[in-house]
Parts: sequence; structure tokens; C-alpha cells
Amino acid sequence: MGTFESNTPKGPLAEKWTNHKNNINLVNPANKRNIDVIVVGTGLAGGSAAATLAELGYNVKTFCYQDSPRRAHSIAAQGGINAAKNYQGDGDSIYRLFYDTIKGGDYRSREENVYRLAEVSGNIIDQCVAQGVPFAREYGGLLDNRSFGGVLVSRTFYAKGQTGQQLLLGAYSAMNRQINRGKIKAYNRHEMLDIVKVDGKARGIIARNLVTGELERHSAHAVVIASGGYGNVFFLSTNAMGSNVTASWKIHKKGAYFANPCFTQIHPTCIPVSGDHQSKLTLMSESLRNDGRIWVPKKKEDAEAIRAGKKKPTELSEEERDYYLERRYPAFGNLVPRDVASRAAKERCDAGFGVNKTGEAVYLDFSSAIMRYGKEAATTQKIDNPSDAKIKELGKEVVEAKYGNLFQMYEKIVDQNPYETPMMIYPAVHYTMGGVWVDYNLQTTIPGCYAIGEANFSDHGANRLGASALMQGLADGYFVLPYTIGNYLADDIRTGAISTDTPEFEAAEKEVRERIEKLVNNKGTKSVDHFHKLLGKIMWNKVGMARNEQGLKEAISEIKELREEFWKDVRVPGSADEMNAELEKAGRVADFLELGELFAKDALHRNESCGGHFREEYQTEEGEALRDDENFMYVAAWEYTGNPSEAILHKEELNYENIEVKTRSYK
Amino acid sequence: MNLTLKIWRQKNANAKGKVVTYQVSDISPDMSFLEMMDVLNEQLIEKGDEPVAFDHDCREGICGSCNLQINGEPHGPDRGVTTCQLHMRRFKDGDTIVIEPFRAKAFPIIKDLVVDRSSFDRIQQAGGYISVNTSGNTQDANSIPIEKDNADMSFYAATCIGCGACVAACKNASAMLFTSAKVSQFALLPQGEVEADRRVLQMVEQMDKEGFGNCTNTGACEIECPKGISLENIARMNREYLKASLK
Repeated sequence: MGTFESNTPKGPLAEKWTNHKNNINLVNPANKRNIDVIVVGTGLAGGSAAATLAELGYNVKTFCYQDSPRRAHSIAAQGGINAAKNYQGDGDSIYRLFYDTIKGGDYRSREENVYRLAEVSGNIIDQCVAQGVPFAREYGGLLDNRSFGGVLVSRTFYAKGQTGQQLLLGAYSAMNRQINRGKIKAYNRHEMLDIVKVDGKARGIIARNLVTGELERHSAHAVVIASGGYGNVFFLSTNAMGSNVTASWKIHKKGAYFANPCFTQIHPTCIPVSGDHQSKLTLMSESLRNDGRIWVPKKKEDAEAIRAGKKKPTELSEEERDYYLERRYPAFGNLVPRDVASRAAKERCDAGFGVNKTGEAVYLDFSSAIMRYGKEAATTQKIDNPSDAKIKELGKEVVEAKYGNLFQMYEKIVDQNPYETPMMIYPAVHYTMGGVWVDYNLQTTIPGCYAIGEANFSDHGANRLGASALMQGLADGYFVLPYTIGNYLADDIRTGAISTDTPEFEAAEKEVRERIEKLVNNKGTKSVDHFHKLLGKIMWNKVGMARNEQGLKEAISEIKELREEFWKDVRVPGSADEMNAELEKAGRVADFLELGELFAKDALHRNESCGGHFREEYQTEEGEALRDDENFMYVAAWEYTGNPSEAILHKEELNYENIEVKTRSYK
Repeated sequence: MNLTLKIWRQKNANAKGKVVTYQVSDISPDMSFLEMMDVLNEQLIEKGDEPVAFDHDCREGICGSCNLQINGEPHGPDRGVTTCQLHMRRFKDGDTIVIEPFRAKAFPIIKDLVVDRSSFDRIQQAGGYISVNTSGNTQDANSIPIEKDNADMSFYAATCIGCGACVAACKNASAMLFTSAKVSQFALLPQGEVEADRRVLQMVEQMDKEGFGNCTNTGACEIECPKGISLENIARMNREYLKASLK
């Protein structure tokens, strides 16, 4: 345990998880009362894990930087959650969900983990309904489904455009039940700043109380990292302002390998950047691609006229529009996976067909969906010979019922009415498939330290399919980790409470304190955001949607320089012993400045294009990603050695025994 | 745009606060209100002053972190949005904007515009859940058909983001809208029926204990709620409460 072994169980794929559960060690209920577990992060993964561990009888401590677990960024997930329920009778099955996820991830994820994910997916829906999560229903009272990208079935369960919110509040309520019982102690407005190892095992953390600034020592028999992804390394992303890599990065520096950092998801449908003042980007759910059609003008003159404000998109006839996804990928059309849709948008915009002022936007158009739904509604309501205006009115009602909150969000930000004129969208950083390396039990290379949800690397390979992040977060938290962790904790039943009054805690706290003091006393001339924005520019321009050898080499040296500059010249106002948002940000950006370098190094070493990782040198004549299975069918797990650029590469070879490895095609 | 900002500054929970006036210039109408605050803070940092502390996170209107009282209204002059979704195009060049924290006895100030809303968490902990273990050994999701209208009403109640605007808008600083939203979500679902009595009694008891005021049906909460949570929920909670207390 705690080694670089995937520890996947033997036997046929479909029986592995059941067999594994039957064979791993259990902790008796009386002994669970004597075991403490720390969970860092209270989103879907952390919140559900904390609730389940507490139900099982462990003493749980949760940590989150927000003022309440209910505010974790899982709350912002919009479109839905996948499950192989086959309620629609369209031929869905566990195997199909497994297959779609492996293929969607471009054959860079571990078969056993993905199969388990598909296997427990149906249970998640049962569980959530039992908890009172109000999913969308049909008039018959049964659950409704919609489709997401990269699949040919309807398996996505949803609650309007607020699925993440409803699922997170479900996990939060499960946590609340345990807080009320005294089984979870919630430390909100607390940030983990280091892990503490005793005899090589994870035994606690150092956390900063963000209200008082005090450093606190917390011990436990195991530590679970559920702190989400690192998309904010790009400065602009759809992540929350506070989303950060700190917890993952700290454990990486203490021995946890970091896997596939360059696998990042650029989501195709986000509201375009409007100016330099922008602090974050807003996603428009992939569910919109069920009904919205993506296009740019066929003729460059039209695109130019639109950019100059001389023409309106609604003035262009059908023949003058290029529905480029439908043209290039007839089988999947507007519902190709995210990486494919993003690259296609970039290709059109780079070729000069972009439609906003900066030329970095394409249209997402609902006019044909509005007419289609309007006609359907007119028929159902027995309206004979309805006028176009009536059809439009009825159609708008249907679209509003489906996507109302998203349309409202769009209108508030862009100040245009998407019912009347097509939305403008552009790709933006959204999710990170890479993360802390874990084995089948979700344990990192540090014994007793686990990583779940977006924080780990395990299930999505090089590209995640829509509505799969919520599925993975809850699968890890409700159904996987609470059992696999027992196998480790079974050896700890006689350990007893762990003291924080030891040299290990002392040393870790000292290290954290020194770093904080260094930041506060630096008294430089530039704000934290100044550095964060510069880092974001390097990442987006050279390590973003398309990467090449030269750019990546430049990025590595530029990030290194920027990091040195940061430590010389950053200014953090205020003191360490109070609420200090700039100090919090400074610590997070300092970690991003290290991660960014490893990220670029990983992208440079991977001489192939796969999923979200697109190297310009490796593409087909048609501009599709060119994978190199012979040389790169492995997980790149990096070991920290004191400097991100000197990280050591460990390879976990991927074997596909149950699935034929093919070139991914959505044509 | 050039603006004058009058902002509540308070060093910590125990310090005395005051309104401080700042000027910001070159504000673009496309900025969100919080991006305007970012500009102010960058300016303060550059001058060597302490930036203004305020809560914010997702900046897309769903996490419920941001909570500014702008010109006397929670989340400012627009309806149906949180502070982070308010855009500067709503203001004019030369405007003076007064920015305060949400004020209520049950929301003590931590620093500047940041308040402590953990009282909301404690109300939820008192009973805002269905007591089902997360073992996954539940029945198939479709074995409980739920009438669509009820499911939809339950969903609308459940879209509360827990920002506290209802409390800040209320002259009594009542948390009835917040509490009733959760009570309603479960009262409308068969899964929630079993514990309905206990839930409503305990949540209301905790709400009172936290020092929130009572409801006098002025309806300000519904108007200021960024998610449009309906007053009907309060009526439903009152019915549930009455029903439970008479048993």
C-alpha cells in the first residue's frame, strides 16, 4: 500500500469491484469510533465522503475555505449527471457507459476504475432521490433524461440548469445530519496548508483559520483530499475565484505523485472574454447543445461585417451559415465531445470567421429549436394553422422551461436577449482531468492519504465527457472511498488518538508559518493578481488549446522567471493574524506558479495529441488529434524532487483487455 | 465611468466600523459589480492601503457567497440577481454608491463587508435533511413516482442559495423565507413526509434560537430574493408548523 501500484483486483472486469469489496478488510463498528478521518474540501466528493464515513461510524473532520460546505464549486455544475439506468430504453447499459467514458477519454484512463464508475452510477440516482434531490420529472411522475456530448443515448439526469446545486445540497444535507449527531466536526473558513506525515504515513494537516489567521494542528488516521481541480492556473476559467491546487500541491511536495497535469478540459460553450477587467468566465451548459446549433458565417465578408457591427446574425440566411460541427461530424453533429467542439471553434476563429469584436466567438443558435418546439406545442394544444409568431411564442416557453436560468445568466452578462439573437460562445478552461495519482483504492503514493473527485486523475483520461464529473464525485464519495479506506484503517484499530504535540507537527507548522511570514513581510510593489494574470497569459497562449514544442519550452522558462519575480516583488497588504484575502490568494498563486511549470513539462514530454491535449506537431491531415498508442499509452505520474522542472517521470502502463483501442471518430 | 463609493469598513468583529469614501475611475459598463470592487482593491493595494474584504466565490450567481447591501438593497437595484451578477451598466457616470454588509443580529460582522452566516448552517443542521443512509441500498429511483407539479415546486424551493438577502431585506431580520424553502422542498416530496413534523419544529426552534426576528408578511424578502423564492413557502411552513404542533 502507498506504493506506485495500481492494485487493481484480479478476475473478470464486471466482477472486480464486487470481489474486491468482499475481500478487503473491514473495521468493526466499535473500532470505527476510535478512528479519525480528515476530509479536505466539501464539494460533491468531499461532502459525500464525509457524510458516509460519519454514518459508518468514523470521527470526521471537514475543512473548507468557504463559509459553508454548501458553497463548494460543485454547486455551479449545471447540466446533469450520467447514470446507466436505461430508463429511456435506448439500449444503454453499464458496459456502454464504460465504453463511452473510455473512448471519450481517448484511451488514457484505467479500465477498472471506469468500469466501477459505470457500475455504481445507477445507485447514485437512487441515493439522491431517496435524499430528496428534486430531479426533473415527466408528467407520469418518472425521472426525465437528456443527452450530452459524445454519446448516442439519453442517460443524463438533471434538475434544470442547477443539477450541481441540487446534488451538492443533497450531500450537504447528509453532512448536516452527521454534524447534528456530532459525527462530523466542520471547520469552515479554514484552509489546509500542509500535510503532516509520521513514519511515512499521513497523520494530519496544518490548517489556517481564515478568520483569525491562527495556524491549527489537526491529527487523524487518514487524510482525504477532495479539493477539486486546478483550472485557475489559467487565471481565467469557469472555476470559482477561490478554487486552487494548494492541498493537492502540498501533498505532491510531500510524496504524492501528480498524474497527467497537462490533461485539461477546455469547454466549448462559455461566454467570451469581454475585456481586461474580467475576473472569471461563465459556462453555458453543454445541455444547450441538445437544442442549440453552432455556426459561423460561411463568407469571411459576413464575419467581418458582423464584427464591425454592420450586420446582424439574424440577417444571414441558412445558406450563408456554416454549421461547421454538423458539416465535419455528421454522426454526432453539435453533440461531439468537448475537446473536439472546442478545437473546431478555435479553428474557425483562427481562420477569420469569429463573430465578436475580438474575433473569438461563434454562435449558438436556438431559433430552429424554438420553431420545432413551438410546432410541437401547437399540435399538442390543438391550435390549427398557428401563425409564425404564435409558434415562436410557444417555442420560447418550452425553451424557457428547459434552460431558463441559463438564458437569464447570459442576458445579465452580455446584455443581449438569447431568445431573439443567437448566443455568442467561446471555449474556456473548465475542468482538469489530471490530478493526484491514486490506485484502485483511491490512495495516493503517501500511505493513508487519499484523493477523490476532480482532485484525482483517475477516471476521465485525456478528456471528460459531459455530466461525468458529478457522477465521479459522488461515486468516489458515497460508494468507493468509504469502503476502500477501511482496508487501510483496519491496521489502525489499536493506534489510538494521534498526538499533535510531536516533532513532525512542529516542523510542518514551522514551515507553513515561515512561508506566510515571508509573503507578508515581502513588501514588494506588485499585487498577487498582477502575477496571476501574467501566469494565466503564458498558460493560455502556450499551454492552452493548441501546444507546440517551442511554445512549451518558452512557457517553462517564462513561468520559472515569473515565479522568481513573484517571490521578489509581490506585495501582500495586512498581517498574518487576521482575515486577509490577499494572503490567501498569494499562497495559492505561489503554488500555481510551481504547478504551471510541471504542467508545461508534462505537455512537452507527451509527444502525441490525445483528448484535451493537442500538440500541433501531431495531427492528421484533417486537423484531428493523432494519438501515439505505441509510445504514450500510459499515465504520466510525476514525483517531486525539489523543483517542478526536475520532477521524475513514472509510467503506469494502461492495458485495455475489455475494449478495443481505436482511433476516436465522431464523424 | 467615474464613481464615488461609500463603503463600510470595520477592522474586525470587535472594532468600531465607519463609512469611508473612495473614488474609482475608468469603470467599464461591462464589468460586474465585484470586478469594480476588484479595481478598487487593486488601487488600494497599490497605495499601500488594506483592500476591502468581501465574500465572493463562484461569481455566477449560484454559490451564495456574495452579499452586499448596495444603496440600501440586498444585491443592489436589479431583481433576480446576486451581487456578482449585477453589472455596472446599471449605474451612471458620477453616481455615488453606498456599500454595506448584510445587517442582522444573527449575521455578526467579521470584517468590513464580510458577515458570519453560520446561523443558516445551524438551522439546516437542526433538521434540513431526510434521514437516509448513503449506503446506496435504497429502492430504484423510479419506484417513487412524484407528481410533476410537486416535483417542480419542490425544486423551486430548493434553488435557495442561502445568501441571506431575505434576512437583510426584512425589517425584522427574519429567516422565515430561508427556513421555509427547505421545509417546503421536503414537505412537497413523499420521501420527506415521515419526518415532516420533527423537521419543521426543530428548524423553527433553531431559527428562533439564533436571534432571527419573526415574519410580519411584508414580503420584502420575496422581492429581494435573487432566486425568486416564493412567499408561498412561508405559508406552507406555517401550515406544517401548526399541523405538527397540534399533534
